[in-house]
Amino acid sequence: MTTDGPVTAELEADAERAESRRGLFLALPSYIYLLFLFALPLLIIGVYSFASRSRTGMPKLEAWNLDSITKLFTDDLIRSIFARSLIVAILTTAFCLLVGYPFAYYIATRSEKTRNILLVFVMIPFWTNFLVRTYAWRVLLGEDGLITELGRFLNLWDSMLFTLPAVYIGLVYGYLPFMVLPLYAAIERLDWSLVEAARDLYASGWVAFRRVTLPLTKQGIIAGSILVFIPSLGAYVTPDILGGAKTTLIGNYVVNQFLTARNWPLGSSVSMAIMVVMLIATIWYFRSGAKTL
Amino acid sequence: MTTAAVGIKGVTKRFGDVVAVDHIDLEIADGEFFSLLGPSGCGKTTTLRMIAGLEYPTEGSITIHGEEMGLRPPNKRPVNTVFQSYALFPHMTVTGNVAFGLQMQKISEDETRRRVGEAIDLVRLSGMENRRPGMLSGGQQQRVALARALVNRPEVLLLDEPLGALDLKLRQAMQLELKEIQREVGITFVYVTHDQEEALTMSDRIAVMNEGQLLQVAPSEEIYERPNTRFVAEFIGETNLISGTVVEPGIVKLADGRLVKARTHSGAGTAVTLNLRPEKIDLHHTEESVPEHFNKLSGTIVRRLYFGDSLFYEVDFGHSIVDAREENRPGRERFAEGAPIIAAFHPDSAEALTE
Ligand SMILES: Nc1ncnc2c1ncn2[C@@H]1O[C@H](COP(=O)(O)OP(=O)(O)OP(=O)(O)O)[C@@H](O)[C@H]1O
Ligand SMILES: [Mg+2]
Repeated sequence: MTTDGPVTAELEADAERAESRRGLFLALPSYIYLLFLFALPLLIIGVYSFASRSRTGMPKLEAWNLDSITKLFTDDLIRSIFARSLIVAILTTAFCLLVGYPFAYYIATRSEKTRNILLVFVMIPFWTNFLVRTYAWRVLLGEDGLITELGRFLNLWDSMLFTLPAVYIGLVYGYLPFMVLPLYAAIERLDWSLVEAARDLYASGWVAFRRVTLPLTKQGIIAGSILVFIPSLGAYVTPDILGGAKTTLIGNYVVNQFLTARNWPLGSSVSMAIMVVMLIATIWYFRSGAKTL
Repeated sequence: MTTAAVGIKGVTKRFGDVVAVDHIDLEIADGEFFSLLGPSGCGKTTTLRMIAGLEYPTEGSITIHGEEMGLRPPNKRPVNTVFQSYALFPHMTVTGNVAFGLQMQKISEDETRRRVGEAIDLVRLSGMENRRPGMLSGGQQQRVALARALVNRPEVLLLDEPLGALDLKLRQAMQLELKEIQREVGITFVYVTHDQEEALTMSDRIAVMNEGQLLQVAPSEEIYERPNTRFVAEFIGETNLISGTVVEPGIVKLADGRLVKARTHSGAGTAVTLNLRPEKIDLHHTEESVPEHFNKLSGTIVRRLYFGDSLFYEVDFGHSIVDAREENRPGRERFAEGAPIIAAFHPDSAEALTE
């Protein structure tokens, strides 16, 4: 293609097509990754949901049926586990927001140097494996654990290991950074002269926060909430290690279907159900994001 | 004398080592259009922010209608600000922005609606009530910012370079509108700008600042005609600064030995700088046409620039080069480059400055 001479509509279109080809080339590795490690497994799970169950547990790709899908709506155990998981995910998100917002606000309003140090603190936990950290909680929350001793000393709580509160502690602990980071980014970006303008227009500090800071950092709140809500809903490790058998959540239920109960079709359909919920949450996220732009 | 709308006494503001405002004293009268003028970084915004309560003085006292403001937060002060960057709430409509202050003051819904409507009319934004700031042009945003502040009928309105972002035409139109609005509502305006022409046309009085200090506080005309320092003379408009020595009151000897009549304020022997505005100099071909009591200096035109409404000449006097400006009017003589001329000016037009 010649690059000299005047531009015509065809040449311009050619140039634009070449540009978009270059873009595709850059995105190719991610596309391949997503296709083989995400889309394909997802498709398999989707297909398994309609398959029937063999004696060995492996799904049989014949006698297609809706049994495992119907079970989602009729089986009381599944329904109650699902409801419990939803509540856990929502409350975990709420706790993270409650703890994370003030902290993110604090970081974002420090001097640049302090800010960077605090951000490193937020990220330090990632230097250690999640599993290891969760086991550490088992020690802290167990008999003779530091937190248990503290509770006994204050006469407020005993060992919380293998109870729902332990699961909450583990989840909030684990996902808090995912709340703090987007919140920090949103608050740091905030134009503080808007808050000053609100104060100048007779708003008290609290009202200025509610009417200006909060709505303008909504993006961060939503992003953080999604980032916490989705993994909390599918959480497996934390409830498994800290929750014990009495507090099975949906993630553990899925694992059980695949590994213990050997009911792959049911495990697959429950997985699909979880994903539908997550999808709804994500769509809601993008919708409300678009509205504030 | 009635109490000043704004009283500033011995106010200093330091940010760490930076002295942003250095011990200033100022009284702004009720209903006055008062401008703070100065180069970038001289402390104008800081002064305004201290009046608004967005910044507290390191030391000193700020009063509004006689009442000490001390460490009172901004929401408890009877002032409103039009910010340098507008600071409109992006998530609210024009109406939402303008109504904000009234809602905060718990004004009834009916009255809020009425006053918001009036304010929007006043700044000529009717029909745009439901737009977000992002969908408005710079000039429209500026007017929303103005309406948002004015609607509260503050005792004092603080404006921080509100026209800075506008192009020349719009700025001139807005200058007139602002002045009109100020006359209509009759509240005290404290207006920050670094545009000297804007300050001259709009203000009752101007304070010229530099490096955190007030150099001169005076009515517009006095600031232009009788600047008290070289800095003020140079900052406001164009001028010629010619050094010399006072020989006796009213007579200054220039560096080349020529004597000129001037307004002097210091005794014989003091080194002074004559401040002589280009438009105060009249050029003549011969001495005959120059009035009797005028100063006459002979020189040569070295450069001529055509400005449309005026002609601008650089005149070489041997020791110094002086700028002269002649209005482009019918019948006016024009001078060619290289022509010998007589430059004439009234003694009152040459002010001998000592600082
Ligand atoms: N928050 C702050 N921290 C440190 N220094 C500051 C702060 N605010 C202002 N300054 C300094 O104080 C001085 C005065 O600033 P100010 O904003 O009042 O200037 P200005 O006259 O409004 O200038 P401009 O015309 O550019 O708006 C400057 O040297 C500035 O760097
Ligand atoms: Mg400023």
